[in-house]
Parts: sequence; C-alpha cells; structure tokens
Amino acid sequence: MNAIPDLDIEADLTTQVSAVAAAGGALEIIGNGSKRFYGEPVEALAIEVAGHSGVIDYDPAELVITLRAGCRLREVEALLAQNRQMFAFDPPHFAPDASIGGMVASGLAGPRRGFAGGIRDYVLGAKLIDGRGEIMQFGGRVIKNVAGFDLSRLMVGSLGTLGIILEVSIRVMPMFETEVTLAFSHHSADDHVRWVNELGSKPYPLSASAWQLGVSRLRLSGSEQGVRHAIAELGGDEVEFDWSSLREQSHEFFVDGAPLTRVALPPASLDLLRDESQLIEWGGAQRWLCGEVDIARLRQRIDGEGGSVCAFRGHAPGTPVFQPLAPAMLKLQRNIKSSFDPAGIFNVGRIYQGL
Amino acid sequence: MPDSRRQKLAARFREFLPAESVVDQPTSLAAYECDGLSAYRETPLLVLLPETVAQVQQIMRLCDEQGLPVVSRGAGTSLSGGALPHPEGVVLSLAKMNRILKVDTLSRLAVVEPGVRNLAISEAVKSLGLYYAPDPSSQIACSIGGNVAENAGGVHCLKYGLTLHNILALKLVGANGEIFEIDQRSLQAEGYDLMPLLVGSEGMLGIVVEVTVKLLPIPRCARVVMGIFDSVEKAGDSVAAIIAGGIIPAGIEMMDNPAIRAAEDFVHAGYPIEAEAILICELDGTEEEVVAQIERVETVLKQGGASETRLARDEAERLLFWSGRKAAFPAVGRISPDYYCIDGTIPRKSLAAVLAGIRELSQEYDLPVANVFHAGDGNLHPLILYDANNEGELEKTEELGSKILQLCIACGGTITGEHGVGVEKLGEMCIQFGAAERDQFHLIRECFDPHRLLNPGKAIPTLARCAEFDAMHVHHGKLPHPDIERF
Repeated sequence: MNAIPDLDIEADLTTQVSAVAAAGGALEIIGNGSKRFYGEPVEALAIEVAGHSGVIDYDPAELVITLRAGCRLREVEALLAQNRQMFAFDPPHFAPDASIGGMVASGLAGPRRGFAGGIRDYVLGAKLIDGRGEIMQFGGRVIKNVAGFDLSRLMVGSLGTLGIILEVSIRVMPMFETEVTLAFSHHSADDHVRWVNELGSKPYPLSASAWQLGVSRLRLSGSEQGVRHAIAELGGDEVEFDWSSLREQSHEFFVDGAPLTRVALPPASLDLLRDESQLIEWGGAQRWLCGEVDIARLRQRIDGEGGSVCAFRGHAPGTPVFQPLAPAMLKLQRNIKSSFDPAGIFNVGRIYQGL
Repeated sequence: MPDSRRQKLAARFREFLPAESVVDQPTSLAAYECDGLSAYRETPLLVLLPETVAQVQQIMRLCDEQGLPVVSRGAGTSLSGGALPHPEGVVLSLAKMNRILKVDTLSRLAVVEPGVRNLAISEAVKSLGLYYAPDPSSQIACSIGGNVAENAGGVHCLKYGLTLHNILALKLVGANGEIFEIDQRSLQAEGYDLMPLLVGSEGMLGIVVEVTVKLLPIPRCARVVMGIFDSVEKAGDSVAAIIAGGIIPAGIEMMDNPAIRAAEDFVHAGYPIEAEAILICELDGTEEEVVAQIERVETVLKQGGASETRLARDEAERLLFWSGRKAAFPAVGRISPDYYCIDGTIPRKSLAAVLAGIRELSQEYDLPVANVFHAGDGNLHPLILYDANNEGELEKTEELGSKILQLCIACGGTITGEHGVGVEKLGEMCIQFGAAERDQFHLIRECFDPHRLLNPGKAIPTLARCAEFDAMHVHHGKLPHPDIERF
C-alpha cells in the first residue's frame, strides 16, 4: 500500500557534512531540484539529500505524519488521500518529484494559504544536521508543545541555510466533504480586495480566492450543509476552476520565460497596487505580476506598508531576489545562521549576503 | 546592603519614570514575589511599571548598563514560574500598557498593548461580530503579552490554533533597548520566520510591547454534546474515532472520575458522578452543519461505548456543560489544601497507557491525582492533590509530577503543552533535549540577548543544572551526557 521508499542515509550525510566542515568547504543542499530556482544562486559542492526517504510514523487518528525529508510530496499526498487527509497549506510541487525537504525549506504554499495558514503553522518538529555535523531534534510529534525555543518552525522558508533537514513531523487535516468555486465580476483590483476582505468578517468556509481580469473566484470548502448555506447567501455563478493551476503556476497568467514578481501586502491594502494585469490571491495578501517590472521602484512604493517584493523567477541576474532587510535585522538573522552553521557551509547567500 | 543598592537604582529609574512607576517598598514588592506557581517566591530589587514604549526602551538601556536581570510580567498567571522575580533584578510589569490601540474591521485585526487582557479583546470587538480565538482558562485575567510569551492555548485551539497561529505582528524592545518588529500581516516572512521563535520564548528574547492579533468571525452556531463512559480507554478511543472520521471539533475535553466529582460538587453542571470519564465535545459552524455533525458525533460516541450522550438543549446548558470543565482547577482546589497542575502532551493513542501509569504512580506516592485532558490535541493536565503543610509533601508532589512528565516523554510526548517550562520544568528539559539542542537554545538566546539579562534562569537549563538533575536521577538510567566535558 505504501510505495514510499524506505532508506536511511543519515550517517552518510553526517559524514559528508563533517568532512566538508573540516576541510573548510561549502555545500549546496539539493533534493530533487524542483525549487532550486527560488532564491539567490549558490556556488558550492552539491550534497544530494533526496535519498533519505521513508515514512517514520503516520497514524491518521493522531493527525500527524513524520517523514524523512527525501520523501516525494506526490507520494505523501497520495498516502494522506487514502485516509481522506491532506496538507492544509496546499504546497506547490513545480515538478513531479518535489520532495518534502524542499517543501519545508522553501516555505511556499498554494491558494489555501490565505485561509488555512502556512507550512510553519503545521510543522511540529524537525531533525537536522547542523554546520558542525551534529544531529539535533526540535519540537516533537504532538500538536501542543512549548518546550524549548521553537526551532523546528524556523526551518520553514530557511532555504537550507540553517542545516540539512532530515525529518519533519507535520500536522495533517481531514479533507473537506465538498468544495465549490463561485465566480463574480469585479471590475477593478481594489474592488475585489475590498469585497473579499469584507467577506472575511463573516463565517463563510472560504478556502481560496483569486482575481484576474475582472473576475473574482472564490472557493468554499467544508461540510455539504455549510457550503450550501454560504452559496445561498453569496450568490455568484458556480464554475469549474483548477486551483492547482495557480499553485503550480501552470495557469495561462504565468507566461513561460517572462519575469515573475511576487508582491506580499497586508490583505486589505487599497490604493497601493492597482495594476490591472495582476493576479491577486490569498484575500489580497499575495499579488503576482508577470512581465518586466522595475523591482527597485516597486520596493520603494510599498516601503513602510508592511509588505515585500520578491523577484520570484526570470529576472535579470543581479536583481536582489528578496526584499532587503534593515541592517539590525540582517545582523540578527546572520547571527542566527551562524549559531547553526558557524563556518558558513550551507547554501551561503541563498537568501541574503551571508545568509 | 541590598537596600542601599535598591534605593540607588530606584533613584536612577525615577529620573525618567513617574515616581509611582518604580516600586521599591518591601510591602509593595511582596505582591510580585510569585506568579501562578506560588510554591516558588523571590523578592525582586525593584518592580517597574512603564506606561510607554519609550519608557520600556529607557528601562532596558539602564538595565543593560547596570547588568540588571529583567523579568517581564503581564498579569502574573503563569503556572510554570515564568514571571518568578530574580533576586538581583527588576520585574518589568506591563500592566499599565493596557490599551487597545486600533481595531481594523476590514483587515480583521486589532493592535493592542501587551497588558490588555485576553478576554478584553473579544469583548471589545464582539459588536463587530468578531473575536480573538485563543482562550486559555485564565482568559479573564491573563494578558496578551503573557499569552505571546507562553504561546498560550485553550480549549478551542484544536480547531483555531495556538497564540502563534493568531498573531499577525509583534513589536518588541530588545535587550539593548532597540525596537524590532516582525510584521507578517502580508503572510510572508522576510528572511527567517522569527514569529514561531519569539512566540513562546518565555520573555527571554525581547520585551513584547505591541501585539497585532487576528480577529475571526464569531461562528453562527455552537453546540455541545457530552458523552458518558465507564472507562477512560473507551472515551479516549472515541476521540480518535471522531477525528479519524474527519471532524475537527471546536473543542473536545475529557475529565476522569475524580475531576468529574470535584467539578460537579463545585458548579453542579449536571455531570454524572459515577462515570469513569466524560467527553465534552463542541461543534461550531452554520446551524445545518452543526446539526449534521452533532448527529455523527453522537453515533461515534455510542459506537465507542458511551453509556449515554447528552446534548445541551440551549445556550444556557451549553455554558453549564463547559462551566464544570472550566472550573476544574478551582474545583480540585476546594477538595484539597493544595494542588499541583501538570502539563504534558502525549500522542493520543498513548492515553490509556499513560493514565494507567499515572494511577500506579499515584498509589506509589500515596497522593491522589485528578485528570483533565484537552483530548483533541493530547494535552493532559493531571492535578496532584497534596497538603503543603505536611512536611516534605511538596517535594514528594514535585517528584511525582516529574515522573508523570517523564512518562509523557517516554511515549513520544512533551513536558509542556501550554504552560511553559519556566523554573518548574528545567530538570525535565534535560531529559527531553540532548546537550546539542540545549546548547543551540543558548546560542539562539545570545543572538538576541548577549548579556543574558532577559529572564535568566528560566526555560532553558544550564549544563550545571542538567548535571545536577542527572546526579539526582541517575537511577533512571536516562540519557547520560557523555559530551558534557566538551563545554
């Protein structure tokens, strides 16, 4: 039933890290490379981690799964689906062999993220190899746990700069009884943003929202009764829509090869980004721009508004991928990196210089 | 000697704080000598009650200059001694910073000062149809700043998450007096995601001076069903069956017979005092949805061996069903001179084994134990009944508590689900974490607080502390620390 390969290469990985650390070398951590494009390029010896695979523990009634990081996301999702469970944060694959380690390290999440939380909200524990070649375990396999600083969730989105993730425990959720997509016509981006945020004040079972070219789409997920009740109140047209095309960026909005920019904003931001060609997700919090964009000017425009701009992919080399941090925050984050990786061997520079 | 130092320091703080914001009289200081874990007491040098962020910054700068330990304190409801004063340091009380600064309906958030009470937020936004979801039992008194420090939970966190899941932004004053902010209203972290590190850091990484909380729409309908069982195993298995069946209740709580009896005697909630266990299960959503789910839950409870299920007929009865659970701690307080609340989390499937283990330990130590259980998320609160006036009984109680926590670790759980480590569980931290992890905790702390002035001696045990704990518990044969000499 469980086709996920079971192979423990922890000892081998630890030996490799220790050897590189002793020789003063540097490493780029590679799973299956599905999200290798994300972040700044790293020039270093590759360490292949995808072979570290297997389900350590999964009991559907506990709502927790513990996996070696090399497990393929697709296979894990299939295993969860057999038990009518899922990852609530809707992780993108970007390639058929995407791994759990890459999912956690990239911290990327799909349309449900705006309503159900992100990966870091569901990670319960992690085991890693630090830059000294030492194995450490943080968090655990239970939903409530406040023992020690929560360093397992710190791995989410750290892009491999803090260590090699060996295992993660993740909270899973039951699949919904039913899902329906409704379409509405909203002329402008700001109309959509205002409307979808007003809906957020009412207890509708929203699980995704998107706006593109004057059309708002809303997904409702929940019990049959709850969803029907919401449809009756909301109106709109019931439509078919492939939400995974947004998650996987296979929707026609995402033009192959064109620069792609992600703008993160507090969801109800009005008058800030009115570009009519944008794609809006997550109730207004995630905006995509496809095509040439002046990243520096965009960063200036949203400065002080609580958002950030990411040169997600396809931008000119040298464009800083992530929104620069204030100097004191950058210093703090570099210190945190050094505390895990004192000699700087893991994915150095993937996020910022020295990080 | 300490008195003259106390007065000199008080004078320095009065240079920028109003006179009444600097407490230095022994009789007034006594009010701060402990928190909710009253077995531990210390008198601080001073208690400071700033009213503004700028004052907090000035306090931190002076403490940094003077090398003074700083223990921040909200409402002082910690059950793990997180706000226990340091005898050579100051208590920084955030009680006067208790304003709700902003409510943004469209963004569904509130910006509040740290001293605002948890329940006060929900009360302030109720008319907008919104509320703040985390509801620790002490929510009438506890402050949001303290909730952030402890990553507080509550009976509804299975469905609505812990404090971490309901915080959008934090403003902190660092150990050096500088402000730093984590703003995740955009649902995106910049660089490392520091929010989970800061939430639950027990006042050791910064002083929380402003909290932006997420507000949720109040569910249209909430109903409660009670399941009555003749064994805790059957009750535990029924919880697993409800969840495996795809229902996430808004809350699901279990009480064992001693807890049922104490609560019933106190609040007369209509609990069956002969039952070995009851489950209280709340479902929320639309009317139709809740009716359908209640039906499914009742079926599962009956299939799981419930001798009876009772549906709260109306809102008054729903609140009555909850009242016994919410009053479980004070109810146990009525039947025993003292009680000691333990806070372990276990994988739910280990419930029967752990409860059997607790029963054996209870007999061995000759101390009664009542159990209340956040059954959905595996968070167990055994309450040990004892009398502190009997010589040696507190020590015996603490040892029993420690053994219970070690049972939790042994079955893959944790020594604290929501009360924090504080001063109380430093020893057990030495069992749950190895030397490498504990060393990493100290390194992280130094990134934020190089002079180690923020709540020193809490949450993370030193090597010396673990060596001492090991020496005392060497017969457990647990985790020798072969690498101890390295440091």
